[in-house]
Amino acid sequence: MDESKVTREAAHEAPALLPPVDVVEDAEGITLYADLPGVPKDRLDVQVEADTLTISGEMDVAMPQGMAATHAEVSLPRYRRSFTLSKELDAEKLSAELKNGVLKLRIGKAAHAQPRKVQIKVA
Amino acid sequence: MDVSLFPRDMFAELDRLQRQMQQAFEFSPSIRGFARGGFPALNVGSTPQSVEIYAYVPGVDPASIEVNLERGVLTISGERASGLAGLGPKDTVHIEERFAGKFRRVVTLSDDLDAQAVEARCKDGLLHISIQRKAAAQPRRISIQ
Repeated sequence: MDESKVTREAAHEAPALLPPVDVVEDAEGITLYADLPGVPKDRLDVQVEADTLTISGEMDVAMPQGMAATHAEVSLPRYRRSFTLSKELDAEKLSAELKNGVLKLRIGKAAHAQPRKVQIKVA
Repeated sequence: MDVSLFPRDMFAELDRLQRQMQQAFEFSPSIRGFARGGFPALNVGSTPQSVEIYAYVPGVDPASIEVNLERGVLTISGERASGLAGLGPKDTVHIEERFAGKFRRVVTLSDDLDAQAVEARCKDGLLHISIQRKAAAQPRRISIQ
């Protein structure tokens, strides 16, 4: 059995927070913004498998030794969220940018799916 | 329980349901709103020497966040610009869940804190504020003669 697959599945089982997102579509593609505070670049994972886009990230929070939590609104150290991509989106045209804990993901549309103006002929 | 006419997103629906449940079970909802679910989300911890506050402020320029500590009351305020500003007329917003606008959160901390020994760092949208306790308030072991 492939070991990396096992660890990935194990990570998939772990409970995670659902990050809030904004999704905007324009003529050339879709832009997704996700709030992932506390996740450094090297712990962010963006994956496209078949038509499923999965964003996951692990927080890197430095806590002093012997700290006792007195109030917690963020109770899990990881985020995960999946989306189903439609056919006209081209996973090859994917770019990601992480800044101040916000992921900006741009997915382009396949050339054939970009809008064309249909000429109407008057008979 | 009412159901929205056009359920767009199952998670948004669940979120709304959860809020409704919270409202039904909360004994005396505060006029300042729910303690949870505000922006930024806060985690607070304490050690014998300090109080540690973690504020989750994604997408906010660290230089624009205002942090004040006055007589044991910590205020974190600022403004987060909407990611959806500057949309073209043909652009479509499919999901809109992220917080936008001005924010302000006030936390009452214990009064044994030293307002001069505050350290604030911001990394990856996570603001970590560490406030030392006054030396006199720190636990000391008393030796018995």
